[in-house]
Amino acid sequence: MSDSDPSPLLKTDQINCRLEGRDLLRDISLSVFRGELVGLIGPNGAGKTTLLKLINGLWPVDRGRITLLDKPLKHYSVRQVARVIAHVPQITALDFSFTVQQIVLMGRNPHLSRFELETEHDRQITEHAMQRTNTLHLAGRLINTLSGGERQRVLIARALAQEPQLLLLDEPTANLDIQHQLEILGLVCDLTCRDGLGAVAAVHDLELAARFCDRLILLHQGIIHTMGTPAEVLTSEHLRLTYGVETQPYADPNTGYLRLSILAPRKD
Amino acid sequence: MSSTALSPVKGLARRNSTFLLSGLGVLPRLVVVCSVLAVLLFAAMVFAASTGPTTIPAADVANAILQYIGIDRGVDVHAPVYRIVTVVRLPGLMVAALVGAAFACAGATMQGLFRNPLADPGIIGVSAGASLGVVLVITQFAALDNLWLLNNGPLSNALWRIPAGAFIGAVISSTLVYVLSLQRGRVNIAALLLAGIALNSVLGAFTSALLLRTSNYDAVHAILSWLVGSLEGRGWDYFHLAKWPIIVSIGLLLLYTRDLNLLVIGEENAQSLGVNVAQIRLVLLVLSSLITASAVSIAGAIGFVGLIVPHILRLVIGPDNRILLPASVIGGAAFLVFADAVARSVIAPEQLPVGIVTALIGGPFFLFLLWRNRRSIAAF
Repeated sequence: MSDSDPSPLLKTDQINCRLEGRDLLRDISLSVFRGELVGLIGPNGAGKTTLLKLINGLWPVDRGRITLLDKPLKHYSVRQVARVIAHVPQITALDFSFTVQQIVLMGRNPHLSRFELETEHDRQITEHAMQRTNTLHLAGRLINTLSGGERQRVLIARALAQEPQLLLLDEPTANLDIQHQLEILGLVCDLTCRDGLGAVAAVHDLELAARFCDRLILLHQGIIHTMGTPAEVLTSEHLRLTYGVETQPYADPNTGYLRLSILAPRKD
Repeated sequence: MSSTALSPVKGLARRNSTFLLSGLGVLPRLVVVCSVLAVLLFAAMVFAASTGPTTIPAADVANAILQYIGIDRGVDVHAPVYRIVTVVRLPGLMVAALVGAAFACAGATMQGLFRNPLADPGIIGVSAGASLGVVLVITQFAALDNLWLLNNGPLSNALWRIPAGAFIGAVISSTLVYVLSLQRGRVNIAALLLAGIALNSVLGAFTSALLLRTSNYDAVHAILSWLVGSLEGRGWDYFHLAKWPIIVSIGLLLLYTRDLNLLVIGEENAQSLGVNVAQIRLVLLVLSSLITASAVSIAGAIGFVGLIVPHILRLVIGPDNRILLPASVIGGAAFLVFADAVARSVIAPEQLPVGIVTALIGGPFFLFLLWRNRRSIAAF
């Protein structure tokens, strides 16, 4: 997990994204390595979702370059990207009557040609992905009958069925209760340290980010304000300048994890 | 954990899901569903071929059709019954089957493409575009006395103009509706329906204006019954005119059913799962417009088939387009063959335009389904 690692999974070099004359992101340079969970934090509108979409190739980059496995991202086809990167979107309304198994099998799409049906091999991979995310018992359920935590696990299972090397997660814990937040981030953390995936997750909850992520990237108004270990990033000064909130970080006496005392909005 | 790991996915699926045979794999389901629908189609053909000025017993009809397609049933090929079934009635039924398959397949595709169960060639204005194209060609570019719509006879040489007019009209209106309903790369459903309504009335106004300027009343009557959708007097010529565009387009669409499934769950989802969304959307739009235009050019804008057939099938077999699309093709054919038989028999010896029958069967049935499923209605 150090910069001396010769080949990052993904590297962005001074990338920019403009929309309607406004800079959404400016000069973003970062690297993601195998086996690490990188947390993307920052106030609303800082550009977290945009950055994930650029990395996934969903939106075009205006300037700069993205390198995936030592090859420029723009030289990949949509299919090829999907074999390396899996994107777990924010939970939106999933109002269709596909079964969980069908949804997870969709993760095999980038590996199947137009003329192929899923084989036993694909079925085994999806079954394994469902075991890993504890969703196997939901296989026959309709996706629109699941709870928020269950849906999020199913979407992660679908991502795993892609057999990706890099996992992108957009607010994976939004709208979940504390138990499911811990469960989902624990799962992602496990996937990075045990299975060696790289992962980038946009996370709102700073304390959860500090607890689970190896590194944090703090975005503010479209630029990287700071990046580093949670302790380096989550300081009173950084949070005052970006979130505009007075905080006091401390180590939780029970768990040792970094916590934040939130004191007041910034006094100018 | 171990018990969960050991239990087979298939068994679980069978226990939990609500759709027909959803525990089976795609291929077995496809075979079962299509076989059942094929039997239904054959039954509809037999029923339709036995109705007419002379009623023929269903068994004789079935034997004649089987004999015709090469299964020897010992039928005398010179007997009047055999001649009536194969020469007089079968061509019309084949046109009905082709057109029904076309509308249902185009409807199912558009519902996936626009991510909305209300999308249908008729509702979003594609049929109206094709119709205007045809009426424009007929009233402006074709000599009226040469009009196949009037004489119900063999097709004349300049006939390629009619499908061409239909296709151009369909492509222009589908592109227009599609562009109007896009909001930041997504299809806005309300905008889609509003654009469809607006387009339908504008195109309808043009069509009416063209009709009013036509002084030949026979032509007006023919065009009107064709605008509602009519299969009256359509023979092999019409079938051969439209068969290749429709069959080839349906065949190509079937290769895109997995992409269609992914589009249904969202465009960004689809793209991050390896679907080239912009390219696939264009392909699907062109193919479904081509199918619609071909069907409209031989039978007129028969409504409701593209809406009803996929919708009913979706309620029974679920949203998986890999099964839904082939099922819609066969189901649409069966539905229109049946509707055509009804159209020919209710006020015999007069004929109703089949479009009126599809609306009369389809509308109330659709409302009934909506009412019955009002608690658990899901968009897909």
